[in-house]
Amino acid sequence: MATIKLSESKIKTIKDICKSFDNKSGEVINVLHQVQGAFGYLPAEVQEVVAMELNMPVAQVYGIVSFYSFFTMQPKGEHPISICLGTACYVRGAEKVLDEFKRQLNINVGETTKDGKFSLNCLRCVGACGLAPVVMVGDKVYGRLTPDNVKDIIAEYNN
Amino acid sequence: MVKLTIDNKPVEVAEGTTILKAARQAGINIPTLCYFELDGMKFENKPGGCRVCVVEVEGRKNLAPACATDVMEGMVVHTHSARVINARKTVVELILSDHPNDCLQCSKSGDCELQTLAQKLGIREIPFKGEQSTYKKDSTLSVERDMDKCIMCRRCETMCNKIQSVGALSAVNRGFEAVVSPAFDQPLSESSCINCGQCVQVCPVGALSLVDNVADVMKAIADPTKTVVVQTAPAVRVALGEEFGMEPGSIVTGKMAAALRRLGFNYVFDTDWSADLTIMEEGTELLGRIGKVLGGDKTAKLPIFTSCCPGWVSFYEKNFPDMLEYPSTAKSPQQMFGAVAKNYFAEKIGVKREDMVVVSIMPCLAKKSEAAREEFKVNGNPDVDFSLSTRELAHMIKQCNLNLNDMPDEDFDSPLGESTGAAVIFGATGGVMEAAVRTAYEVFTKKKLDNIDFEVLRGFDGVKTATVDFAGTPINVAVVYGLNNARIIMEEVRDGNPRGFHAVEVMACPGGCIGGAGQPYHHGDSSIIRKRMEATYREDAGKPIRKSHENPSIIAIYKEYFGEPCGHKSHELLHTHYFDRSKKVEKE
Repeated sequence: MATIKLSESKIKTIKDICKSFDNKSGEVINVLHQVQGAFGYLPAEVQEVVAMELNMPVAQVYGIVSFYSFFTMQPKGEHPISICLGTACYVRGAEKVLDEFKRQLNINVGETTKDGKFSLNCLRCVGACGLAPVVMVGDKVYGRLTPDNVKDIIAEYNN
Repeated sequence: MVKLTIDNKPVEVAEGTTILKAARQAGINIPTLCYFELDGMKFENKPGGCRVCVVEVEGRKNLAPACATDVMEGMVVHTHSARVINARKTVVELILSDHPNDCLQCSKSGDCELQTLAQKLGIREIPFKGEQSTYKKDSTLSVERDMDKCIMCRRCETMCNKIQSVGALSAVNRGFEAVVSPAFDQPLSESSCINCGQCVQVCPVGALSLVDNVADVMKAIADPTKTVVVQTAPAVRVALGEEFGMEPGSIVTGKMAAALRRLGFNYVFDTDWSADLTIMEEGTELLGRIGKVLGGDKTAKLPIFTSCCPGWVSFYEKNFPDMLEYPSTAKSPQQMFGAVAKNYFAEKIGVKREDMVVVSIMPCLAKKSEAAREEFKVNGNPDVDFSLSTRELAHMIKQCNLNLNDMPDEDFDSPLGESTGAAVIFGATGGVMEAAVRTAYEVFTKKKLDNIDFEVLRGFDGVKTATVDFAGTPINVAVVYGLNNARIIMEEVRDGNPRGFHAVEVMACPGGCIGGAGQPYHHGDSSIIRKRMEATYREDAGKPIRKSHENPSIIAIYKEYFGEPCGHKSHELLHTHYFDRSKKVEKE
């Protein structure tokens, strides 16, 4: 079987998190939650080490990671873009805004641009329905958007 | 006890029984698809997912899945009302709407549980049209995966994780994309899979199947420059008949030999012969290790684990790399036969190694991977060229328009065809241990055994232990099948072997090789495996010689060729070594 390569500090982080849950396989979801919190995403090597530490098959760990939409195997971009597809935003054209982001960045939902700058995700309602459709870039909220605004928003972070 | 009515029949069953089991006890058959039980083997797959087993319960609004609903006092159940049949049909139509429509070419056709069910329900068209899920096809040397055909019953996942504790397969993704797969959609060959093939044995459809080598063997037979030698494993002769409509437990040794000859094999030999050879080597190794340990040698490891089962060998190489000195170094009977055929026998008949093709007929899929191991090759030429399963042999016989029922009883060829009862029982769990004890006892004590039937080592329990009295020296043995049972014993031995085992037999498959992944599909009917086991011991009892060390042709080959068991020549041809194949984490 293959050899898994990972930096010493990352291995230590994973081991510490697993240990804080007594290395119990029943705690795998909580462990993955914290590990994703530490690294931003859950690449294959990280899942392998989690599986070893919890003494469970890596196929099962991957089964969990691939089942829950919260978990991601893609690193997030420097500027994570979240597009609200809640009811209010949706009826006011959020999908067209989303399509424009996909076109301009040349990535799909859940992916990250090659230069690592942007990643694209969808969410359901940020509690700013009055501003629909709403997009968040990092912590900053943009409201009342049309596809025409997309170019300017991306340009803001591209300098 | 709980009283209820199923299809107007009063039924009384224990509390906690499901409707499905209550119905079966009353002789009422409710069809199932995802549900799978191997009675007496602690294997139950009960995801309650497919809904084929739905029944109508009076007073209950929805139909109830019989596999996952417990009986209640006074319950009135209907298993084939119009509503039930209608729902069942819809369920199967929906499953078929995301299933390739290629029954004519499918390797499982005629043996497929989904096909059988669709026929039974009289489904003639699929009213639901839509997207179909497609996945990459994947294959190891033993197992083929075509997940387009997967119906998500998850039997393979339960087998791989709960019974075998291999953990190669898991349900991944969700909704329409959900499928059973190795981690990260890796090829199965890069996962923790050990090619036992039990996932194939329990798959209801053609999603998991064997790697078919029939065409390779037909080609070798047709090549006039090749001398094609065949060997047949102990468990094949008690199962092959099922593929030709015979009762489970029919013994077809003679008919099989005749069929193999008619298929065009130049020499029809028997793996039972090399099973006797295995006992000579493994038994001698066991006594040698016991002697060393009694003499205070700390380097000798006990217990000795059997090494006949290639699924098990891969399992400990991947999971117990720190314990590679425990298993016997004796090759499996398949590989011993190959080594003897391509060295001793090839020399004897004046055929060059490259011009000899050795084919094995095995109840097993892991044997295909074992035959391909680098350490069993000489200059790239394998000792065993092709390993066919029992099912492939049946196909080959049918392809050539032969019928096993019409075959006369013929004998194996000489000299690699003569065997004893001890070799026959290799096919059943406990058999290798019993065969080893029959020989080791007599060699160790220099006394004749009064009773050579070790009933305590027989039967269907997944874990059996016994102490055999070697004329004052107690020898503790264990016999297990199912790799999770093996894992538990390995961990116990790692923790200091508190029960003081001297020898442990491990087989990966339910009931041993008779329940192997290459055997005719049993579809969860464990009585079939039990009948194969009874046949195995019947064949043993009927043999004139029942101890490996009394096999005249084995005695002769030691005299003529090997010298003595575990001697120099034996070590060269009949023993092997193991590799650390575990997963490693490396710091970058």
